[in-house]
Amino acid sequence: MSDAGSTPAATSDGRTSAMGQFRRLRQGDLGLVPVLIGLLVLVVYFQVRNTVFLSAGNLTNLFIQATIFILLAMAETWLLLLGEIDLSVGYVSALGATFAVILLDQQFHWPWYAAILVAIATTTAIGTLQGFLIIKLRLPSFIVTLAGLLGWEGVLIFSIDRQGTGGTIPVQEKVLYDLVNANLSPLATWIFLMASIAIFCWIIIRHDQSRRSSGLDSVSTWITWAKVAALVISGIVLVLIFNTNRGSFTVLHGMPYAIPVDIVMLAGASFILTRTKAGRYIYAIGGNAEAARRAGINVDRYRLLAFILTGVTAGVAGLLYASRLGGISDGVDGGNLVLLAVASAVIGGTSLFGGRGKMVNAVIGGLVIATIYNGMALIDMSAATQFIATAIVLVVAVTMDSLARRGSTVTR
Amino acid sequence: MTTPGPTNGPSTRPGPATAAGPGVDSSSLLSLRGISKHFGAVEALKHVDLDVPAGQVTALIGDNGAGKSTLIKAIAGIYEPSGGEIFWEGRKVSIHTPRAAEELGIATVYQDLALCDNLDIVENMFLGHEKTRTGVLDEIAMELRTKEVLADLSVSTVSSVRQLVGSLSGGQRQAIAVARAVMHESKLVIMDEPTAALGVSQTAQVLDLIKRLAARGIAVIVISHNLTDVFAVADRIAVMYLGNLVSSGPVVNYDPASAVDLITTGESSRTAA
Repeated sequence: MSDAGSTPAATSDGRTSAMGQFRRLRQGDLGLVPVLIGLLVLVVYFQVRNTVFLSAGNLTNLFIQATIFILLAMAETWLLLLGEIDLSVGYVSALGATFAVILLDQQFHWPWYAAILVAIATTTAIGTLQGFLIIKLRLPSFIVTLAGLLGWEGVLIFSIDRQGTGGTIPVQEKVLYDLVNANLSPLATWIFLMASIAIFCWIIIRHDQSRRSSGLDSVSTWITWAKVAALVISGIVLVLIFNTNRGSFTVLHGMPYAIPVDIVMLAGASFILTRTKAGRYIYAIGGNAEAARRAGINVDRYRLLAFILTGVTAGVAGLLYASRLGGISDGVDGGNLVLLAVASAVIGGTSLFGGRGKMVNAVIGGLVIATIYNGMALIDMSAATQFIATAIVLVVAVTMDSLARRGSTVTR
Repeated sequence: MTTPGPTNGPSTRPGPATAAGPGVDSSSLLSLRGISKHFGAVEALKHVDLDVPAGQVTALIGDNGAGKSTLIKAIAGIYEPSGGEIFWEGRKVSIHTPRAAEELGIATVYQDLALCDNLDIVENMFLGHEKTRTGVLDEIAMELRTKEVLADLSVSTVSSVRQLVGSLSGGQRQAIAVARAVMHESKLVIMDEPTAALGVSQTAQVLDLIKRLAARGIAVIVISHNLTDVFAVADRIAVMYLGNLVSSGPVVNYDPASAVDLITTGESSRTAA
């Protein structure tokens, strides 16, 4: 029996490529299918239990909750792809935001852009420092960032308490406050979402066409158009949700600014991962670091880059978090945040073992976590039940990851 | 043997005349003269002389610990020899790093193949040498070139070059590793136990591939424990025993019995060493 069939490499009919898709499915690379089904089940369940769930107001609220989980999960994804982890990301992002909030306060009165820069610079510097220790001293990332989880919480409490405001510093500056709490106009919502989707569709179609014109296998045209149609429809649905008036006394509509922030971060991170050498090397190192080293890749440099990118992403996440809370307090639970971040990434389909995952997985996983928390609150489930439900979803996700991993290395 | 002497033969390369060691045959692509390697007090290689001609398969055989792996690592730039000289196309060279070996045109396929299971064939083929256009990966150019190289080597068992390498069989993985090695205009391909983990039909495929490489004028060094494979594929044989290269020459000078003698005792009454 010849292995994996004896189809010549030159075959380019659609059937081969369809079989290729099927093979990927069988290898355990199921993509987003299972998690999207899971999300749908959750949505249906919550909607049946409480019809408020699918209202425009609640969905917008859910998306805002999700933006923070998504960004933290994206931050974590850079390291999960390497087979590393960052347990400190919750407190690090909160610490960056703390500095921004302090600098925007009456006492310093910095301009918003400078404060935001300081926040991101802080988290980036911390990411770089931790990465440096892990790479140069060959320390396990689990331990270094566990120390970070404790240490940066200490710095956070110290910084906040030193302000003498009773453990909480409110965000009084308008731009940072508006990040989550203000909306684009309905027209701007239409323009932004439709433009984003148009760009994305253009990329998909162009990719497909250039493969076809170079004589390479490509997915059938109908799959491409189905993707485009799905994107356009979900874009329109999103616009309609955001543009529905969700205020009770005053008119409140439009997309919260936090969502474009997430979309831009997602686009940038996905670009780096899929279209640049740096992204390719991060996957290679996560898959087989020794092979990457022998291929002449400076493994340490790209590992450090991932830690830096984690820092940058965490900085943005922290700003959204402070904006949503309307301030920052010394009671921030960065430990819980980081666990939800890892859970989001893994639920979305990113492997804990390195080398497998995408930025978009963080988005789906973040939406699942936000849905659980939002829905459980709506149907008045206790915090205890919320924790248990999250745990079950996480275990299911990790089990699927593990099974997929086994499936993908089976030699036939 | 480490004293430089005059070149005995026409240089195939223009440029400054460099001294070749005594007895260096300029028709050899690679010549080792008096290569030794110490690890502390342990002498892993003792004054090894070896000529590797282009377009031929040289089988490097020997028991475990005979120094085969150390020798190829010295050629591949992983270990720096403690003494001796390496001549490449008649010129004296020093190979300090794997990158230097690669630049000369020496490619090594290790036993573990150094492939990333989570990347597809194209991504593995170009790992570390990606083609880009304005800083962005040029996937189409890489995929076309991969298909070209695989077709060129008559590797026809993979159904899609966008298949993950983790899903390939042992023989296919070996083929991908070899294809990657020869893609960058390599002149010498070193293969460490290429058939060790393979079944019968896949072994045949890989041996076929090795013969095709040699037919294209590429010099091939194959380390193998399997004498059947060695006699099936080799043009020349070199036997190592306890760090010494005890015998080398065209395959017709050997038969399995004399090869076993040489491997186990370092000498054989049947060969004129």
